[in-house]
Amino acid sequence: MDFISILSIFVMACFVGYYVVWSVTPALHTPLMAVTNAISSVIIVGALIAAAEGGDGLAKWLGLAGVVFASVNIFGGFAVTERMLAMYKKKERK
Amino acid sequence: MHEVAQLPWGVALAYLVAGVLFIFALRGLSSPATSRAGNRYGMAGMGIAIATTLYTHDVVALPEIIGAIAIGGVIGFITARRIAMTDMPQLVAAFHSLVGMAAVVVGAAAYLSPAAFGIADPATGEIFAASRIEMGLGVAIGAITFSGSVIAFLKLNGNMSGKPILLPMRHVINLGTLLGILGLVAYFTQDQAPWVFWTVTALSFLIGFLLIIPIGGADMPVVVSMLNSYSGWAAAAMGFTLGNTAMIITGALVGSSGAILSYIMCKAMNRGFLSVIAGGFGAEAAVSGGEAKEQRPWKRGSADDAAFLMQQAESVIIVPGYGMAVSQAQHALREMGDLLKKEGVSVKYAIHPVAGRMPGHMNVLLAEANVPYDEVFELEDINSEFSQADVAFVIGANDVTNPAAKTDKTSPIYGMPILEVANAKSVLFVKRSMGGVGYAGVDNDVFYMDNTMMLLADAKKMVEDIVKALAH
Repeated sequence: MDFISILSIFVMACFVGYYVVWSVTPALHTPLMAVTNAISSVIIVGALIAAAEGGDGLAKWLGLAGVVFASVNIFGGFAVTERMLAMYKKKERK
Repeated sequence: MHEVAQLPWGVALAYLVAGVLFIFALRGLSSPATSRAGNRYGMAGMGIAIATTLYTHDVVALPEIIGAIAIGGVIGFITARRIAMTDMPQLVAAFHSLVGMAAVVVGAAAYLSPAAFGIADPATGEIFAASRIEMGLGVAIGAITFSGSVIAFLKLNGNMSGKPILLPMRHVINLGTLLGILGLVAYFTQDQAPWVFWTVTALSFLIGFLLIIPIGGADMPVVVSMLNSYSGWAAAAMGFTLGNTAMIITGALVGSSGAILSYIMCKAMNRGFLSVIAGGFGAEAAVSGGEAKEQRPWKRGSADDAAFLMQQAESVIIVPGYGMAVSQAQHALREMGDLLKKEGVSVKYAIHPVAGRMPGHMNVLLAEANVPYDEVFELEDINSEFSQADVAFVIGANDVTNPAAKTDKTSPIYGMPILEVANAKSVLFVKRSMGGVGYAGVDNDVFYMDNTMMLLADAKKMVEDIVKALAH
């Protein structure tokens, strides 16, 4: 993909982000931070590429370190979000 | 302009699907009812992104990679299970630092082995100029996110004082360092020598540290949101380097999410983003607050008085703040609410956007204590109800109830929207002692009103005593 297509995707995604995030209810702002944290660990893709194909020895180990950091975040972030969201309950109807 | 390694269309499509699933994940959070489905979409998106990457590369190191995922996964999962809800701000800060560090190591790996990422000219082995900028910015933002989040973590976790640390000439030092980083990233396009890359990295670690140390504890909601935003931009910059749509979409989503949260927090304190980032808020105010100490009469109440007053009331609005989180009073508070409801009292909770140490902090704690979310209201939805309420029960909140924000133009919190507890028929104010003023260092007129009763004790202890008094 050329730079302009990538930039277009980025700019559009910023707009999508703007509207989607404004629609998040303030009560869920903490889970929002936890889940954005988890999904920003999609950076693991870069770490995986480095670990898989980093010819140079150091690059491979840096990649593996990146995989560990990002996995902590992915598993931790989604699990903690799940835990928080499970706590939000409606009033029981009597 | 350069051509990033061409991905087969199926692969590009898979990353796009992952990106769209992440959008659904955030979309789900528009209501607690749909939020859990949203979280599942997020997990699915992440699974697709990881599987696609592994599928499309020659994975010689598969056992090591699986081992790395397992190690990280177990650490993350156990932490997420065990963490106390009151410690959520620290946890989020710690997670941010990991995203930052991951961005730094990915950037460094790409710099050391550009061919693996398809960002080098196969003939000369030189990294494309555009990739150098993206890589430089990605590493810089990642490093700032890392060291900034580490400081935020230490402050939130209490390993470091929440007081602002003010270096002399800090604005000059910070601005100089930032300009130095930008200059070096620009120079990096001309010369890809190792010293340029590593100096950018080192300076970025330093500036992340310098930027956060002058910011006080109660401004942390803004800082945590801002670092959230940075972690997104770091992922986006790396996405540009790799030409990966999943990373770019996610980076943009997270980046705007954090930016919007910072904006909401700043607005809720009526302060400019730059003034928060410049730091030093708590320190200056505390000094000026020291001189005008006057003795004014106030009324002290006991748990029994409070219980009696609330039993007689028709409606009670509870205003929780950071003090409730510190003393872990949320469970006792819910018990109190239940007992009052049994007596036929209407109980509601009012949450100020900056109550606590991160956006939505109070909501999570109340949810943990099983308070139904339809009893919890935001500032603008409940503020008009205080004038009809019999009792406003303030627990561990101070600045967010201070009428000086409306009346006193010289006050450091002037213009901040407040919860108008003073309008209630009576105010019960749970506070540890009369000595401490809130974070902004300003005295609160609510303490001295005729209809205010001060309940001086640890928040949890006081609420438990009230529960006992209500029970018999």
